[in-house]
Amino acid sequence: MREGVTSHPGNEGHGRGRAVIALLLGSWIGPASVHAQGPVPSILDPVAQPAQAVLDYGLLLVLVCAVIFVLVMGALVVTVIRFRARAGDGEREPPQVYGSDQLELAWTVAPVLVVIVLGLITAGRIVALQKSEAPAGSLAIRVTGHQWWWELEYPEYGFTTANELHLPVGRVAFLELESQDVIHSFWLPQLSGKTDLIPNRRNTMWIEPHQVGMVVGQCAEYCGTQHANMLLRVFIHEEAEFERWARDQQKEARTLPGTEAGRAIFANTACVNCHTVRGVSEIGRFGPDLTHLMSRTTLAAGAASNDRANLIDWIGNPDHFKPGARMPAMKLDSAQVAQVADYLASLE
Amino acid sequence: MSASLRTDGAREISSPERSGSVLHAWVTTVDHKKLGILYIAAGLLFFVIGGIEAIMMRAQLAQAANTLLEPQEFNRLFTMHGTTMVFLVGMPIVTGFGNYLIPLMIGARDMAFPRLNAWGFWMFLFGGLVLYMSYFASMGLYGAGTAPDVGWFAYSPLAGKAFSRGNATDYWILGILISGFGSISGAINMLTTTLTMRCPGMTMNRLPLFVWMMLVVSFLMLLALPVLTGAQVMLLFDRFLGAHFFDTQAGGDAVLWQHFFWFFGHPEVYILMIPGFAYASEIIPVFSRKVIFGYSFMVAATLAIGLVAVGVWAHHMFTVGMGQGLNIWFAVITMLVGVPTGIKLFNWIATMYGGRIQLRMPMVFCIAFLGQFLIAGLTGILLSGAPLNWQLSDSYFVVAHFHYVLIGGLVFTVFAACYYWFPKMTGRMLSEKIGRWHFWLFFIGFHLTFTTMHVQGVLGMPRRIYTYPAERGWEVWNAISSTGAILQGLGVACFFVAVIVAFRRPAQAGPDPWNAWTLEWSTSSPPPAYNFLSLPEVRSRRPLWDLKHPDDPDWEHE
Repeated sequence: MREGVTSHPGNEGHGRGRAVIALLLGSWIGPASVHAQGPVPSILDPVAQPAQAVLDYGLLLVLVCAVIFVLVMGALVVTVIRFRARAGDGEREPPQVYGSDQLELAWTVAPVLVVIVLGLITAGRIVALQKSEAPAGSLAIRVTGHQWWWELEYPEYGFTTANELHLPVGRVAFLELESQDVIHSFWLPQLSGKTDLIPNRRNTMWIEPHQVGMVVGQCAEYCGTQHANMLLRVFIHEEAEFERWARDQQKEARTLPGTEAGRAIFANTACVNCHTVRGVSEIGRFGPDLTHLMSRTTLAAGAASNDRANLIDWIGNPDHFKPGARMPAMKLDSAQVAQVADYLASLE
Repeated sequence: MSASLRTDGAREISSPERSGSVLHAWVTTVDHKKLGILYIAAGLLFFVIGGIEAIMMRAQLAQAANTLLEPQEFNRLFTMHGTTMVFLVGMPIVTGFGNYLIPLMIGARDMAFPRLNAWGFWMFLFGGLVLYMSYFASMGLYGAGTAPDVGWFAYSPLAGKAFSRGNATDYWILGILISGFGSISGAINMLTTTLTMRCPGMTMNRLPLFVWMMLVVSFLMLLALPVLTGAQVMLLFDRFLGAHFFDTQAGGDAVLWQHFFWFFGHPEVYILMIPGFAYASEIIPVFSRKVIFGYSFMVAATLAIGLVAVGVWAHHMFTVGMGQGLNIWFAVITMLVGVPTGIKLFNWIATMYGGRIQLRMPMVFCIAFLGQFLIAGLTGILLSGAPLNWQLSDSYFVVAHFHYVLIGGLVFTVFAACYYWFPKMTGRMLSEKIGRWHFWLFFIGFHLTFTTMHVQGVLGMPRRIYTYPAERGWEVWNAISSTGAILQGLGVACFFVAVIVAFRRPAQAGPDPWNAWTLEWSTSSPPPAYNFLSLPEVRSRRPLWDLKHPDDPDWEHE
């Protein structure tokens, strides 16, 4: 279920187009990446409210603007072609027309009417879509922005995870958004527009997914060095599947035989100052909760996929995946790094 | 008699014998024309620097997961690019054309405060140099520095001491603050000159539209820039004197900075864009061979834009969690901007309608401007719809939109103005042949780069990211964008070639190469230091039309 990636209509023909354009553009595009294709966070492909409602509203605006574009651009092009100077024009100046009050009135009143209509529609949409109180029966989630990762708390269930949000389909999730340091912005184009996470403020956002699968997004407000690697994944499950995931997350961390050495290094070094592993140490708040690290598909807020090899790389030298990341290199020797990685890789 | 005395005196200044005295004359000048040229030249120099920064960013983004630039290098580039283009390119170039042309158009011999004028230019230039000093000195050791990396709007608390260590951000604050003083003094000067130094007969109702529009720009500068200056001083207090205006760790308010910044920042868009309208309003009639359509409605529309411009700033902040009421207010007022802007567009097209459109370089750039500004305006309407803005804000769609405004709108009209007034400033024509290369390379490059950026935004690509994963489906669009950037660079190079070629040819443009109608074309090219031998007396909005068509003068129709 973790790997359940939504198929995106319209992406099938994309590969050939990319190859053709890649040929045209020559060396710009790396050959390896021509075939890579994951979920595209397109706002044209919503799988939840309010993204669907925003798209419908947006398409209405686009339609109005397209009509205006065709009319005005048409007038411009026709004027330029029809009244361009020709060889036989001679020296005489064309008739001088100083203005027309009727025309001015017409092209003032008509846009005002358009603005009134669009303004009323916009006001209606804002009232309908902006909610500051949690609807009854919604799932509460507390999102805290950090440089450069997402802390995700499920207060009703009493656990905290990071960077990968899990939601039940068909139920409203109500998000409280706060920041621990600078301003971030929470953006999942297929689920909802963005809302900023601002220190000393509490913002809210709601999402009602109507399709199972995985969607991606990322921080949309520049927040420092690694703004680009503050990625988000959202897994949308059937209700029962979500409950099973949540129950697993509620459990304390397990200790598999053979990982005690790594666990000891983790518990006795500065790792625990930032990271919580429930059942081992619960003081760390600066870094992501690692209690069920291996239930997540990515590391370092999406900078790398989550497997033992990348864990070794990440613990040994965080700057490799994410130059400037707040996690320090712990100066462990390679054997110790491997032991810590073994332990972390056991935290399912 | 007195006129010939003046002529002799001027010759001594304007034809120096030794090269040392050429430099001396330019550095010590208080002549509005020389200062205007200095503003434009310095602006073009920074334009090249900002353009190189842009091309470096496009090179990094051309491929997914590219490693050409370090993240911090990229973050500094977009900060410096935005700051440079707004404060060190847009502002000086529009001030430069204003400086050069306002006295000539209203029949004055100089600006109201010539020394203040020179002071303003040097403040701007040294402000710009202070900003770029950060590359060498912001770490406090000689030769040890980095550029600021907080973005051109320097949101708090990212720009506070806790998250922006070292002094790079202080160089940003001080550089912009100093050049801001220059702009404020320039605005005072343009305002006073226009209000008090018009030649006999030049009533407000006969002012060329260029001068009217620069008058509104001056008002907006006076209103908006001090707010930025004040906010920057508050940020300095936060960083050095233990104040907590924006310091969220001590209870300061991050959103307050945004309100201050955009209360400056949105009028700033019009400070940069209305001069573009000003150039178009002079060029389009001359090359359509028709009087401007609806003069008084153009003036009224400009005043309306200036008025509305100060009431829409929070449309940059639809995602900060304002209440429903504020979101509705700022959305509707922003849509309202479309009305006076639309009136202008319609009047320009009506001016061309029924004319004999001469497709010389100034006009070609203006026609492209009209189409591009239409697109910029319509994507502006899309962005003003707050619910849609929640999706598009801070995405590449916004980047596309404001580059359509600032390049498609401003830069295209600035190039139009360069081709149009270069003969007046130098006595030399810019080559139409090289101009065509310039136009088509720049035009195609511009659309390759920025039309595609709308797509990246719709596909969910946020701005200001130095890298992105290959599987997002953004790479092909970014590659197209980057290819366009190279074409734009080549186009701009053609412009400089045209300038160099022009200076290698004899000066033979004559006083009035375009058969135009405003007062600057009544004096020689370049004009003498005193502008006019005797002060002109005007009876209509097109004094040279009256002169050329005594049978059908304008004052019979106004």
